[in-house]
Amino acid sequence: MLNNIAALHPAAAALNSYESISTVTVGAGGQASIDFTSIPSTYKHLQIRGMATFTTATNAIILQNNSDTGSNYAWHQLYGTGSVAGASASTTTTFQNISVAPETTVTAVFVCDILDYGNTSKYKTSRSLSGYDKNGSGVIALRSGLWMNTNAITSLSLKYDSGGNFAQYSSFALYGIKG
Amino acid sequence: MPSTYDKIATYTVPSSTSSYTFSSIPATYTDIVIIVGGTGSGDASLMMRFNGDTGNNYSTTYLYGTGSSAVSGRVANDSWIVAMGRINTTGGASVINIQNYSNTTTYKTALGRGSGAATLVIAGVGVWRSTTAINSITLSPESGQSFSTGAVLTLYGIKAA
Repeated sequence: MLNNIAALHPAAAALNSYESISTVTVGAGGQASIDFTSIPSTYKHLQIRGMATFTTATNAIILQNNSDTGSNYAWHQLYGTGSVAGASASTTTTFQNISVAPETTVTAVFVCDILDYGNTSKYKTSRSLSGYDKNGSGVIALRSGLWMNTNAITSLSLKYDSGGNFAQYSSFALYGIKG
Repeated sequence: MPSTYDKIATYTVPSSTSSYTFSSIPATYTDIVIIVGGTGSGDASLMMRFNGDTGNNYSTTYLYGTGSSAVSGRVANDSWIVAMGRINTTGGASVINIQNYSNTTTYKTALGRGSGAATLVIAGVGVWRSTTAINSITLSPESGQSFSTGAVLTLYGIKAA
């Protein structure tokens, strides 16, 4: 049982190793990007837990590492729209797509794990579960992301892939998980 | 930095039961995580409702894979959020996330994923159309199934900085 739970949700197996690093709650007027900087290297993994609403309709929440805006990312997704199950991917692109984004007034939620972020021997990967539901419409998605860089991650930036602002009360929390 | 991931309550099913409610949930955390592991009387998805609200105030969009096909579906205007995980006679493991559960500004959205041993893997997003803070959570297998003896339901709280 414990092994199963740990595999599904590593943090649950190590309650004392899960710490809050930083939280951003968007104020009145909205905010175009959420930036976590100076991330300490003292953890094994990172987790971002977010809930977001939007000032304009958009497509997705994206993640970039260490301010790298080059074509050094890739991502894949498995998604369900309520009527269609599909999959898609983008390679050699400028961001990781980590969360669905809803229409305005609807909240999307996501949990994104960034694994072994301080390792300098391999590319960095992420996985996320995200979704929103609007009582008649909605999307659920499982996504994986890749940053083709061996540098340790020291900063994370969240924004929309097509611009626009996160609306007031959107919140994003960064946690560290010790190994 | 202090640890921010706390176990609030654990319930080990003493005998077959159709549902279980975590009540008097403190409002002192930012997010809630529920982990369900164990067996049930039959193959069923996990349903969830809040604060004893039995009205048709819930909806869900879900995705599952059976090993041979992937399917997405939706349930609207229902009395439960569905597809929060899976349980069956062989076993199942599910994780449910409820973010900002005590805020009184937005509807409450839950993300769940889980698998039933040898049956399917499932993920769902569900909404409770209420801005009321969540203070109790009821979990139940669908289709009249039950949690079997020994199934474990654990409620965790995560506190953001």
